[in-house]
Amino acid sequence: MKQNYEFALAGNPNAGKTTMFNTLTGGRQRVGNYPGVTVEKREGSMRFGSDDLNIVDLPGTYSLTAYTQEELVSRTYLVDSKPGCVINIVDATNLERNLYLTVQLLELGSPLVVALNMMDEVRKQGRHINTSLLSHHLRAPAIETVARTGEGKDDMITAAMKMSCDRQGALNPLVITYGPDLDPVITQIADMIEDLKLCDGRFPSRWLAIKYLEGDDQILDIVTKAGEKSEAIKKLAEKTAKHCKDTLGIYPESLIADYRYGFIASILKDGVMADDSALDRVILSDRIDALLTNRFFGPVIMLMVLYAMFAITFKLGAAPMGWLEALFGWLGDTVASIMPDGDLESLVVSGVIGGVGGVLGFVPLIIIMFMMVTFLEDSGYMARMAYMMDRVLRIFGLHGSSVMPLIIAGGIPGGCAVPGVMASRILRSPKEKLATLLVVPFMNCGAKVPVFILICGAFFGEKAALAMFGATITSWIFALLAARFLRSTLIRGDATPFLMELPPYRLPTFKGLIIHTWERAWQYIKKAGTVILGLSVIIWAGMTYPGLDEAQKAGFETKKSEIQTKISSVSDNDEKAGLEAKLEEISAEESMKTLRVSYAGMLGQALEPISKLAGFDWRVNIALIGGFAAKEVIVSSLGTAYSMGNVDAEHSEGLGKRLASDPGWNVAVALALMIFVMLYSPCFVTVVAIAKEASRKWAAFSMVFNTTVAFVFSVAVYNIGMWLFV
Amino acid sequence: MDIVCLRKLKVNEKAVISAVKAEGELGRRIRAMGLVPNTEIKVIGEAPLKDPVALRLKGFTLTLRNSEADYIFVEQGKS
Repeated sequence: MKQNYEFALAGNPNAGKTTMFNTLTGGRQRVGNYPGVTVEKREGSMRFGSDDLNIVDLPGTYSLTAYTQEELVSRTYLVDSKPGCVINIVDATNLERNLYLTVQLLELGSPLVVALNMMDEVRKQGRHINTSLLSHHLRAPAIETVARTGEGKDDMITAAMKMSCDRQGALNPLVITYGPDLDPVITQIADMIEDLKLCDGRFPSRWLAIKYLEGDDQILDIVTKAGEKSEAIKKLAEKTAKHCKDTLGIYPESLIADYRYGFIASILKDGVMADDSALDRVILSDRIDALLTNRFFGPVIMLMVLYAMFAITFKLGAAPMGWLEALFGWLGDTVASIMPDGDLESLVVSGVIGGVGGVLGFVPLIIIMFMMVTFLEDSGYMARMAYMMDRVLRIFGLHGSSVMPLIIAGGIPGGCAVPGVMASRILRSPKEKLATLLVVPFMNCGAKVPVFILICGAFFGEKAALAMFGATITSWIFALLAARFLRSTLIRGDATPFLMELPPYRLPTFKGLIIHTWERAWQYIKKAGTVILGLSVIIWAGMTYPGLDEAQKAGFETKKSEIQTKISSVSDNDEKAGLEAKLEEISAEESMKTLRVSYAGMLGQALEPISKLAGFDWRVNIALIGGFAAKEVIVSSLGTAYSMGNVDAEHSEGLGKRLASDPGWNVAVALALMIFVMLYSPCFVTVVAIAKEASRKWAAFSMVFNTTVAFVFSVAVYNIGMWLFV
Repeated sequence: MDIVCLRKLKVNEKAVISAVKAEGELGRRIRAMGLVPNTEIKVIGEAPLKDPVALRLKGFTLTLRNSEADYIFVEQGKS
């Protein structure tokens, strides 16, 4: 008979849980979020014989307390959704610590199958695990598996199906002893909890009692809600805590953990595991680490790896990015030639195709970048980078793992804040993650670079390279100081404990690499089709409407047609070229005037009294407003605003000369503009990414905060510059 | 046998944990990672700026900051 089952995969990080999930479900995965938190929820489906299985990949955790979001969502899922069976993926090469979670899952009473994963490595090390004895002690089936090859997965699923049918959701908690000081108290509290009917079938009462003694916030809440009757429990717990503290010098919480590990040690010593003398995999990893985390070579190699990653991304990404650009260019041209001239054509070509094309153009970059990030993460090197960088980044309230998002976003000029923000999810500590993703947009992404090149070329001439280097250093300083500022004000709080496992080096699986990379690219593509499409249309409208009045339009048309007639009548090539140049000039002037009277133009002029404090006139303001859509737009909008026609970001020397000779511009304005562009509001693709990784509130905050910082500093730079140089 | 703070151990030195004085979030995290009394540990390395340090225990490698190591007391020269 066909049946539907739901199984959950639980386990420590690095135990091969996700590899098993990929092996079981392949591409049939859905990624979502647990309600109200930014923890990823992965679900997938598979067919086993005639049955449909739904598999939920719980976040990797070391424990089941309520103190990280990951642990809390896992626990809530297990208690409320009651999966038919929990498959606990255990790294068999690291049994003792992995069983700490197993014991907690069993105490919760969940129907459980233990998958002893990485058995191939255990065998290679010449060690032996007595699986049936382990199974006997845990009172749960234990199956040997190798997630990478799929070995044992059928046995594992069969065992889970049997467990699911046998137990039918009933709780069957494992009872372990917590010693003479706690055992009687646990029983007493459990009885009181039974009397108060607090379990409502979701938890075993003994588990609630243990968690209460551990001081688990969520459980304290549940019990306190019972009102006065819970007072007795509270008193008893306080008395016990005092007793433990006085006689043993530790809190019940520590005592409970000690007994849990004691229980595990007693199982392992009872012949489950032959003593491990040779730890091959760890020894090999140690040898690699002797070089890769060496005091001198470690940082040097890290810099080389980061640079290589960057170079590869942009080398490999250049060609497909060019193709996509050409494709959208062609699409735009084709649509332009088919559709009649007018607003609708402009909307489709500039608003829709231009806007979405600009965003999709980054897809190859994101795919390659994430492939490498996933590789570094899965291979274990990312953890080493965090380990090496932590001391420095901690000064600024960040975490060792913040280094990756910062680099990707443009720590080496030319990155992109969007994958940078997305990469911040490798940070498991919420405060450091938030601070990281908020300062990531200060880095010099690839779209800010053309602006710097334009300005440096125009105002700093031969010193342009130095100015670029200065811009890179400045962006690092601002990002780090902003992080320090945020961590001591809005995101205040002690550093999250660093305690991090350095997993043995492993070669990532190709399947995992592809699945995870595609997932991230797909999220980005979906955004381009929805939010970004809408916004790019709004920005297009802002820069197009209300347009010139009829008389002005007619004036330009007359001038243009006059010259057109002349061109067709002249035969001399030089003269023809001169006339064509004149025609372009008129078009450029028309675009400039249209922009000036557009809503964006009006806004630019309205802001001029304020922006003048930093030396920016209305033309610069328009460019900066356009830059919110994508920083690439800044150079081309400046071109339009200064009647230069269509300025290509890569060939902006003409515009540079024009700016250098403009009376409204000088070195002070140039420096102020560079600072402003570096720091102001992230482009809207980044804002959308921040909203997704943090929240809408923080996305809005980043727009306001960054723009404020940018304005304050550009005003300062402008005034100091005026005083020094002008 | 001296009881010292974990921070005092040098690279390649072995010891056995005698007490963990951390409470709350840090304490829970330390215990979840297997740093409980009677566990054998060995310092296997330090980051380029001498902090964090890498420990070997129960067959795996764990890194922690010196400020976190301050809560962990070990019995030196015993293994």
